[in-house]
Amino acid sequence: MERKTKINAEDDKQELVITREFDLPLELLFKAYVDPEIVEQWMGTKVLKLENKKHGSYQFETTDPKGNKHRFNGTIHEFSPNEKITRTFEMENTPFGVQLEFLEFEKLTDDTSKLKMHTVFRSAAQRDQILQLPFAQGINLAHNRLQDIVSKLK
Amino acid sequence: MEARRDVFQAIADPTRRAILTLVALQAMTAGAIADKFDSSRQTISKHIQILTECQLLEQEQSGREMYYHFNPNKMKEIAEWLVPFAKMWDDRFNKLETIMKKYKK
Repeated sequence: MERKTKINAEDDKQELVITREFDLPLELLFKAYVDPEIVEQWMGTKVLKLENKKHGSYQFETTDPKGNKHRFNGTIHEFSPNEKITRTFEMENTPFGVQLEFLEFEKLTDDTSKLKMHTVFRSAAQRDQILQLPFAQGINLAHNRLQDIVSKLK
Repeated sequence: MEARRDVFQAIADPTRRAILTLVALQAMTAGAIADKFDSSRQTISKHIQILTECQLLEQEQSGREMYYHFNPNKMKEIAEWLVPFAKMWDDRFNKLETIMKKYKK
């Protein structure tokens, strides 16, 4: 089974790129990122604050299966409707530090669109650590040759 | 007691991944693998041993030579282990798509 979401995390790099094509017009894809009620539904988080503008900020809160609450927040550096959002992301009360996210929204056809999420971490080690969190176990393998062989087995 | 070989630890090393990439193309002897690297034969031999112990490589005797094959099934296990992060985002995006289709007119 092929996933529509592609993740590229090259070895020893402090970045991660996630791309996904949607069966949605660009405007609807973008709306899913800016409308708090919609964000809550697909991210599975409570939106405490979401200011969609340059110098704005956001704060979300998730509740894990044990009932513990986790908050994360960031500042919005660039906000171009239907085009891009540049923002920071930080999990509160964790040692992971801040990461920088570049979200690029692209129209493919009238009914399809694409999202590219480029995340930059402070270091490659920090990236790998974050990818290996229990809720976000990771990839640190980008040997396409091997992956090609593996994918043919599926 | 020696720690059990961990397959994830095995692929965490760049030289071992390079070995896997080579052997994935064709079965090779330990000597032929070592020729591709600047490291000593002993070093490469140790890497091959680790990869064999965790079953990423399989040995096959052919005449007087011992060939190493890549075991894609073992690699597949790793690929599946690596999936959760991708799955988390895939699930979220699938949900996003489903939700937004309601707004589609």
